[in-house]
Amino acid sequence: MDLAELFQLFDSTMRNATPLLLACLAGLFSERAGIFDIGLEGKMLAAAFASAGVAAWAAAPYVADPFPGQISGLGLGWTAAWLGVMAGIAASMAMALLHGFASITLRGNQLISGVAINFLAAGVTVLVGEALFSMGGQTPQLTGGARFIGLTLPLADTIGAIPVIGPFYRDVLSGQVILVYIALLMVPLTAWILFSTRFGLRLRAVGENPGAVDTAGISVTRQRYAAVLICGVLCGLAGAYLSMGTSAAGFVKDMTAGRGFIALAALIFAKWKPYPALWACLLFGLLEAIGSKYQNVDVGAFVIPVQFMQALPYILTVVILAGFIGKATPPKAGGQPYVKER
Amino acid sequence: MKFVTALMGAAALLGSTVTAVADGHVEIKPAVIFDLGGKFDRSFNQASFEGAERFKQETGIEYREFEIQSDAQREQALRRFAEQGNNPIVVAGFAQQSAMEAVAAEFPDTQFQIIDAYVDLPNVRSVVFKEHEGSFLVGVLAAMQSESGTVGFVGGMDIGLIRKFACGYVQGVKSVNPDATVIQNMTGTTGAAWNDPVKGGELATGQIDQGADVVYHAAGGTGRGVLQAAADNGVMGIGVDANQNYLHPGSVLTSMLKRVDVAVYDAFKAAQQGKFEPGLEVWGVAEEGVGYAVDENNESLLTEDMIAAVEDAKAKIISGEIQVHDYTTDDSCPAS
Repeated sequence: MDLAELFQLFDSTMRNATPLLLACLAGLFSERAGIFDIGLEGKMLAAAFASAGVAAWAAAPYVADPFPGQISGLGLGWTAAWLGVMAGIAASMAMALLHGFASITLRGNQLISGVAINFLAAGVTVLVGEALFSMGGQTPQLTGGARFIGLTLPLADTIGAIPVIGPFYRDVLSGQVILVYIALLMVPLTAWILFSTRFGLRLRAVGENPGAVDTAGISVTRQRYAAVLICGVLCGLAGAYLSMGTSAAGFVKDMTAGRGFIALAALIFAKWKPYPALWACLLFGLLEAIGSKYQNVDVGAFVIPVQFMQALPYILTVVILAGFIGKATPPKAGGQPYVKER
Repeated sequence: MKFVTALMGAAALLGSTVTAVADGHVEIKPAVIFDLGGKFDRSFNQASFEGAERFKQETGIEYREFEIQSDAQREQALRRFAEQGNNPIVVAGFAQQSAMEAVAAEFPDTQFQIIDAYVDLPNVRSVVFKEHEGSFLVGVLAAMQSESGTVGFVGGMDIGLIRKFACGYVQGVKSVNPDATVIQNMTGTTGAAWNDPVKGGELATGQIDQGADVVYHAAGGTGRGVLQAAADNGVMGIGVDANQNYLHPGSVLTSMLKRVDVAVYDAFKAAQQGKFEPGLEVWGVAEEGVGYAVDENNESLLTEDMIAAVEDAKAKIISGEIQVHDYTTDDSCPAS
């Protein structure tokens, strides 16, 4: 394996890790505030659909008298993609609000509510998609301004001439879509919010000891809703990336394909901390890239079958969670609805 | 409830009595059932929809249709259609096999057709395709298009049927350029592999990074990502099942056609003429059941040499000079 091949692998890793990272940070906000969120998958799916649907509509030219099945849209340029992102975030936040309502206000079981979100998203996306576009639940293929394309970072070619670091900058860091950079920036931002602001302190406190927060005269309910909504925003970005920032260029039913659950595993692996979350997601992204690129690995004596390579991220999840990382302690009040003492 | 059942039974009796019209045609009530994915999936189901539409336009005979939404509906939908006296009933998709076996036995007077699977009953016509022959043809085109000598294949779920596509394709590529490299990737080993365009795009990008300049997919919804990745990277994609050339005009070299539309049209037509014959039909290149697509989106991409070569291969397959190996017969592929 030469350097170029290694960088191709890293390039693929970046793309694979982005939705995981966004979803992982989303889960981090929610779970740090004491709301377990198994519905990351569903929120991503809803966002992927909403953003692709709205972007396709916004980019389609306006037709005064459309024939059945033809879309009359807004005819927007690059703004269509951003409108799509906003729609994705809105859809994901609506789902998050539902989860919040069930688990904070109604004090329901958070795991069950999360599972329900996943089922709801899987059904609603196809139902609405079929009603709007009549393509078996898919959205039209996104073209032009309706999707994000790779950005070339400044001086990519100049710096690319420097050995080793240059090609890394040119081939791996540069050329990704903007949502990848947003995802990377979210890591320090999350760390700053959680550990350096008053809001973050309170957020962590409601996940550890909501009683204490309540005693201090701060609304636990409000704090938890805020966390759940931030989770919605980040899942929205993750979903928008899947349908608008990748080669999918549109929505296909169940297109999240388990990424929400991998993100959840990465979150536990990272012990609910932002920077470890970055490394965990990159690791899972790398494993996925390896599994895709080297499907039948010949190690001389025998050939490692493709099934094993593709199962690798999942096997690793089990191995890691079975105790390789030491004790992963979730937030103390996680999963427990807060009941004010009377 | 009993009354309703009795009514339905009566309706079934009435419906299945085939009435001959003066000109030798038979009065029919055709019906078609689409599989998961829906009739506008731009692939398999859309092809059966187009076949049914063609029949309707030519004859003016309306048909009933149903789109399966979940696995549980297969048998239910089929039985309902049969009870209502629809005849013939065409269903598309290998997943319908067990439902067909159950229902067709209950309604011996109704004519059924299943596509992509074989049901051995006296009132069922089964149409299956030689996908390996069609894949061979697009393999020939891929090899001639390729300048790097490396081409790619992205499959959906890792099952025998998809390996059959892959194997035919490899044989086609090697028949033109024995030194060519074919990079083969499967998306996954579960049903989710049909609906993961993100991974499809990732696999295709990986193959393109390794030098592939033509990528063929047999991956359902996942293929969307494959064709998009090919178009984004300035190389050629090859579509599957239905004609997918229009998805990215100029960047889809051709599509491996599976004439599901013809199979549906044929069933309706044969029934109308009173010539519906049950049994197994295997459609290959010779029967024009599989082939490659040429339309206004790709005619400028295919050179005269390419057309000549692929037509030559087609003739040789028909004459038997070229025997394309079918992966599913022995679970192995002579070329790789």
